[in-house]
Amino acid sequence: MQPLLELTGLTKRFGSILAVDRVGFAVARGEVVGFLGPNGAGKTTAMRMTAGFLPPDAGSARIAGFDIVDETRAAQARLGYLAEGAPSYGDMTPDALLGFVARVRGLDGATARRRRGEVVDRLSLARVLDQPIETLSKGFRRRVGLAAAILHDPEVLILDEPTDGLDPNQKHEVRTLLSEIAGGKAIVISTHILEEVDAVCTRAIVLAGGRIVADALPAELRQQAPNHNRVTVALDADHRDRLIAALRALPNIADIAEAHARDGRIRLTARPVRGAEILGAVRAAADSAEVPLDEITTEHGRLDDVFRRLTTAA
Amino acid sequence: MRTIATLTRRELAAYFASPLAYVFVVIFLTFAGGLTFYVGGFIERGQADLAAFFQFHPWLYLFLVPAIGMRLWAEERKTGTIEFLMTLPVGAGQAVTAKFLAAWLFTGIALVGTVPLWITVSVLGDPDHGVVATAYLGSWLMAGGFLAISACVSAATSNQVIAFVGAVAICFLFMMSGLDLVQAAFRGWAPDAVLQAVRDLSLLGNFDALSQGVVDARNLFYFASLIALALVVNTAIVEMKRGR
Repeated sequence: MQPLLELTGLTKRFGSILAVDRVGFAVARGEVVGFLGPNGAGKTTAMRMTAGFLPPDAGSARIAGFDIVDETRAAQARLGYLAEGAPSYGDMTPDALLGFVARVRGLDGATARRRRGEVVDRLSLARVLDQPIETLSKGFRRRVGLAAAILHDPEVLILDEPTDGLDPNQKHEVRTLLSEIAGGKAIVISTHILEEVDAVCTRAIVLAGGRIVADALPAELRQQAPNHNRVTVALDADHRDRLIAALRALPNIADIAEAHARDGRIRLTARPVRGAEILGAVRAAADSAEVPLDEITTEHGRLDDVFRRLTTAA
Repeated sequence: MRTIATLTRRELAAYFASPLAYVFVVIFLTFAGGLTFYVGGFIERGQADLAAFFQFHPWLYLFLVPAIGMRLWAEERKTGTIEFLMTLPVGAGQAVTAKFLAAWLFTGIALVGTVPLWITVSVLGDPDHGVVATAYLGSWLMAGGFLAISACVSAATSNQVIAFVGAVAICFLFMMSGLDLVQAAFRGWAPDAVLQAVRDLSLLGNFDALSQGVVDARNLFYFASLIALALVVNTAIVEMKRGR
């Protein structure tokens, strides 16, 4: 099946700065891609090129099969795009703006009314429909932009920081909305909130210095964390040597670190070789060495750590 | 076509959503009336025509029309809404045309506000209505010319003050191209044909004929091609400056 969104070798240079360097990936129906990267990594530039706002220096982007440069309007007709900062006409009311977008998008009267009702409802805009957008709070403005982006029920959605400026409840609502509509669409959201990746994304693409430095499932990405699957046990200091010996005998352990707790006990942290699962083995080793464990914990690794490692190396 | 109509409607509504429209219309009417009566000697002339009224239009437009045109693109660029607009399935040419049309219709509305003057003359005397109608048409076309130039300058910058000053300067040159101020720059080195061509580009010259009730296809063609050319350049600038 042809991917709904396909970027190939997308490149943009501003003067001497290579803002986006041969970025390419494909997004299939049903995928929600988290587009990550530090500020200035080129996320917004890449998204602007994909949405047809900025012409690429090289490479191409296809939306539902239409080239954004050669068939701009056909491609844009199938795209919902939320620009960075959700710019919209401040003197218009959300009601007027949605009406305008519906007309520009060529929705017929009945469809426009139905869709408008749906997005107003989904994004809780009913209360502010008749207030000028410039008088609305940042959260409302963002949601008005989002409503305008999804009004025509596009197959491809590109959202530049859709939850920026929202409070935790609103963030949750927007993520729920995205998860619910994701089924039939290809969605790309840029963010630097990593919890968002866990909450909605099926895939994460990390950009640094204009290049893709990682393209993986969130779970795979997490495996790259230095503390992924690390197991820490607390035990009586008397048993230390016996447990260390037992752990050393295990095949999948890369190294063992040791820390003294204030209560006279000792903590041993075993780090597995990459990708290995050692919790069961550690427990079994302790059992067979007859070492009573006061505590045993395992870590999954934090995306933050992976993110920092990927984006500071570049 | 439908897209252009939709965009034009939005643009036109935007004028009336802010005080801009009302301030502009009031100032335009005040100045137009004031100049006609106090400087043009409308009453003292004792003639049933609107020459005293129309003769000031080029000067009024020189400052008021760039004031409308300056925001057309500069504001979109400043507030970032240009990204919203240009990622809708809308062509740059359509957006350029719609913005121009909305602003032009708006100047038309301001112009219609001066019709009481026409009625006054009709009550006091017996003016040649054909001449007055032609002069109105000429005035509106001239406003369109100024406006198309202003929109073009606006597209080149995100700073409205620069857009305004630049537009006034360029409009002034177009106005004056028949007079010594501009002609002197060409005289002496350029062949007569060039001098004549520059003179023919004068907004004043083309407006004068129309304001006296002379409908000449050449004058109409002049304004139509001036507007069309400015819009083509405007579109090119918008395309060129996309995302910058």
